[in-house]
Amino acid sequence: MLDADFFRRWMAATAASVDREAERLTALDSAIGDADHGSNLQRGFAAVAAALEKESPDTPGGVLALAGRQLISTVGGASGPLYGTLLRRTGKALGDAAEVSEAQLAEALGTGVEAVRTLGGASPGDKTMIDALVPAVEALGEGFGAARSAAEAGAEATVPLQARKGRASYLGERSIGHQDPGATSSALLIAALDEAASGS
Amino acid sequence: MSDDKRLVGIVLVSHSAQVAESVAELAKGLAGGADTVPVAAAGGTEGGGLGTSSELISAAAASVDRGAGVAVLTDLGSAVLTVKALLAEGDELPDGTRLVDAPFVEGAVAAVVTSAAGADLDTVEAAAADAYSYRKV
Repeated sequence: MLDADFFRRWMAATAASVDREAERLTALDSAIGDADHGSNLQRGFAAVAAALEKESPDTPGGVLALAGRQLISTVGGASGPLYGTLLRRTGKALGDAAEVSEAQLAEALGTGVEAVRTLGGASPGDKTMIDALVPAVEALGEGFGAARSAAEAGAEATVPLQARKGRASYLGERSIGHQDPGATSSALLIAALDEAASGS
Repeated sequence: MSDDKRLVGIVLVSHSAQVAESVAELAKGLAGGADTVPVAAAGGTEGGGLGTSSELISAAAASVDRGAGVAVLTDLGSAVLTVKALLAEGDELPDGTRLVDAPFVEGAVAAVVTSAAGADLDTVEAAAADAYSYRKV
């Protein structure tokens, strides 16, 4: 079973990973976006880590709800409401339980990803974070490691795609050949889930 | 319409503080005598950069809420998504706050003019959305 501590580790691992990879995310975003993805997420997840330390919610749902709210209020770019909605809806789906099973997390994360699709209007293949998240949720039944691999493969598979959502879509065919920054950061989020599970 | 008609509030959300404030000024100027319409700009980030601030949006919506609803117009990208996420949250924006699907400048003018005339939120929204149909060529 996964308790609030597990979810705090997940968020802390994401913050650390985003911090490490911020330059790479911003470099990817400078190719097809407005070169702020790394710094925006760095600011957002730093705020998440600080808020979790200060308030320490005692349920998995509470941890994710607080994290989502922080992202919406601190990021300042489209990734704020998108990741904020992902975490908040996932948290809401987990309810007030003190512990949740991996299957419950998989189902809740599916609800969260669905909410992101509704908010942003993106479908698989549009070269967005959805391209990493949908395969990750599908693979989560086979464990966190499988979800991590699926998310990373999904992010890499955005390279040949033409962007159909967000600022990158204005580039048309020139968006082809670049890995999507949002799919890349989504893969970091799922990799952090695997890190939290292995306690590293 | 009674003299004490409560007016629909208008919030203008742009990635740029200058754009949001200038469009607010333009809409009020073109509406003529629309000084009574509660219009608030929520542009850029709190630090003054380009982007979207949920705090500025929430504060702007609260400041123009007169109980008749609040129409929010946005430019693009994170401005749209942030307002939608705040609306989904439930308690971040005043009751009767609505994201209006409209062109930013023309929609703002239409919204301020109709609000000044004492129209309700549905009418303000329809007028702003109708601005999409004003072809220029």
